Formats: sequence, structure tokens, C-alpha cells
Amino acid sequence: MSHALQVALEELGRDLLRMGTLVEDSIGRAIAALKGRDVPAAEAVIADDDRVDRMEHEIEARCLNLLALQQPLGSDLRRVGTALKIITDLERMGDHAVDIAKVVVRLGGQPLMKPLIDIPRMAEVGQTMLREALTAYVDEDKELALSMIQRDHEVDHLYGQIFRELLTYMMEDPRTVTQGLYLVFVAMYLERVADHATNLGEWVLYMLTGERKELND
Amino acid sequence: MSATNALETPTFLVQKLDAYYGSLHALRGVSLSLERRAVTALIGPSGCGKSTFLRSLNRMNDRVEGFRLTGRVSLDGQDIYAPGTDVVHLRKRVGMVFQRPNPFPLSIFDNVAFGPRIHGTSDRGRLRELVEHSLRGAGLWEEVKGRLNASALGLSGGQQQRLCIARTLAVEPEVLLMDEPASALDPASTARVEDLVGELRSRYTIVIVTHNLQQAARVSQHTGFFLSGELVEFGPTDRMFTAPQDKRTEDYITGRFG
Repeated sequence: MSHALQVALEELGRDLLRMGTLVEDSIGRAIAALKGRDVPAAEAVIADDDRVDRMEHEIEARCLNLLALQQPLGSDLRRVGTALKIITDLERMGDHAVDIAKVVVRLGGQPLMKPLIDIPRMAEVGQTMLREALTAYVDEDKELALSMIQRDHEVDHLYGQIFRELLTYMMEDPRTVTQGLYLVFVAMYLERVADHATNLGEWVLYMLTGERKELND
Repeated sequence: MSATNALETPTFLVQKLDAYYGSLHALRGVSLSLERRAVTALIGPSGCGKSTFLRSLNRMNDRVEGFRLTGRVSLDGQDIYAPGTDVVHLRKRVGMVFQRPNPFPLSIFDNVAFGPRIHGTSDRGRLRELVEHSLRGAGLWEEVKGRLNASALGLSGGQQQRLCIARTLAVEPEVLLMDEPASALDPASTARVEDLVGELRSRYTIVIVTHNLQQAARVSQHTGFFLSGELVEFGPTDRMFTAPQDKRTEDYITGRFG
């Protein structure tokens, strides 16, 4: 293929990794802010989402230029199309980090009704999925892309656990309902993050095989 | 998705075609069917056999010394290489447009009327109808209707090519074979020829050889990839250019060779 196309595709891969790192970082910081009830840290996550949105637009423009100027075909075309889909899912994942940060702001500095164990665990799995999906893109690793399924199941399982546990707390003590609901929302946002990461895996599989296959349940 | 439209029989059925120029084995065991009233593009690097294949569909290779072929080429179920085949009639049913426009050194009218006259039409009124209909079909009528007696050699390259298409249409073919029809034309003329191919396909079966992959992607419903005389892959155009099945096809369309 042309040297220009090769260079452009390599740069595209690096940009996707950079955007992925930003989003992974946002999720981590939002959960840390939740654990520490740190409102300023949460506000910083919200403000920094602009960077994620900017990257989405930059990468999108790069992809469209690539299509117009290089007219890639076959697997090269799928690689560019996949990048366009990936940045959309990444941007949504960034939005969910913001949603979590907003919960932290709303909770103010109030003490947590229970220690957070499963919620941070859900976040970690989601972050790992994101990182590995992008690694699968760059390394063209089919098995890694497929591994999203297993992890998504794990996240769904954790979500169910958190939901039931918080429900129990809320039923026992109505004073915990407000916080309990917010924490359920957080768990829901993290479940969505994992779903988006599974989408990333689906798109990487499409790029590698030319087949669209559902990985989500 | 198979190359054959389930609702209509294919126009051409080619079975195990091998072709030789002397000792040069130009086509190797090629089998495919060409869908009626659809555009099929043939792509591949120089010397891959796609033009040889195209010319085998209307026996233009007969004129090449040392050429021979084995296998079967059927047009509407009839073997076109069967002894006793009326080759002149075959070339009326299966018309051809070449890379370089080749208008005759005659008037525009006489260029288009040439074929019908040869096939027996002499009535002036009928000829005028045919000429107008063919020039309209080729998208050239509006530009030349006021000067049908002017020399065809005075037309631009793009217009000459459309005149050649009109000439082919005038004998009322069923199939149009086009060998790189736009490669000698500027981008605007190329676009017009491509639009024309798009319009013509509702009435004719069209086979187009092109080295321009984007053109093949734009105009065709099916695409065949030839390499060293072999038909490597044949399938729906959208699939061929987004997710080809054979690695050689993938390497060719992504520019890794050829």
C-alpha cells in the first residue's frame, strides 16, 4: 500500500490509544473521587471531558480525510470505519465517567453508607476491557477481542450483586435511599461502560474478519 | 450471495475456459456466469487475462493468429464457439467498446447508421429513428442533434467515446463489452460514461474491464478478480471491496502488489 496510507493508519492507531487512555483515566478518577467523596476532583473530571470530545472530533476528521484522499479498500477500509465507530463508543464511555463524577458532586461530602468494594471492581474490569479492546485493534488480536464477552458477563454479575445489596440497605433504612439510588446509578453507568467496551471488541472483530457479530447478550 | 440472479437466467455462462496464444496459457479454467441486465466488472493487474476473457465473449480473439480455447462459452444457452455459429450476428448481439474511441472518418450520422446499414436496414426514416434513439441512449443527442452531418472526428474525446457507444447501441445488442472505456478520457467525461453505464444496465448486460478499482466499485454489481489467467475471486462488488475472501484479492485491492 502507499506509504502515506501506512503512516496515516499507524497514526490513527496511536490516536485511538491516546483517546482510550484519556477515557480510562477519567473513569479511574471519577471512582477515586467517589471513594474519597472528593468534589473538586469530580469537578475536574467533568471539566476534562472537553478534551475527550475534542479528540473525538479530531480523529473523526482524520478518518474522513483518509477516506477521501487515500480511498482505502478491503481491510484498510474496515480499519478506518472501525476507528470511526470506536471513537463514538469511547466518547460515550467518557460521558459515563462524567455522569459518575456528577453523582459525587451531588452527594457532596456525605459519608458513604457502606464501603465501596464491588463498584471499584466493576470500574477496574471496565477499564481493563477498554484497554484490551484498543490493544486488540492495534495488535490485530482476534482472541483478545473475543475475550470481551467473558468480562462483560463478569460486570453484569457484579451489577446484579450491587443492585441487590443496595436494595437490602435501602429497605432496612429509608434514610439511605437517596445515596443508595445514586450508587445504583453509578453501577449502571459502569455496566454501560462495559457494554461500550464490548462494542469495541465487536468492531475490532469486524475489522479483522469482515463479519459483524454480536458479543453483547 | 451467488453471482447469478435467482430470478433470471444469466446471459453468459462460461465453463472451464482455457485460452492460449500459441504456447502462452492466457486463461486457466475460468468459470463464471454473467447476470442479465447487470454490470460485471473485471479487475486485475496488467497481463492477468481480463481483456482476453472479455474478447472471448464475442470471439474477437478469433482474429489473433495462434489463439485457441477449450471449454464452453454459452450465450442464452447456446455455445458461441459451436461450428457454424454466425459470428457476425454474434458481434451484433454482443457489442464492444474499446479504450481509445475509434470513430470512423464519416459523419456522426453515418457512424451510428453504419452497423444497421450493414445488417440490412436501408429505409431512411428507420435509420433516422435508430440514430436518434442510439445517440439519446448514449447521452449524446442534445450535443450533436444540430450537426449530424458534421465529421465525427471533430468531436471531443469524451464525445467520440459516447459516439462509439451509440454506434454499438444502434444494432440493438443484448450485451455491451467495454474494455477500459474511460481510461483515455478526462474526469468529467469519465463521470458521464459511468453515469451512462448506470443507465444502460436496466436494458443491457454489461461487462467492463477496468484497472480503476474505484470505478469498478462505483459502476458494477459483480466483480471478478483475475490474476495470471486465473479467476481468483468472483462476487458481489460491495463484498469484494470491503471484505474480499481471498488473500490475493485483498493484497491487490489494497495496493500491496500490482
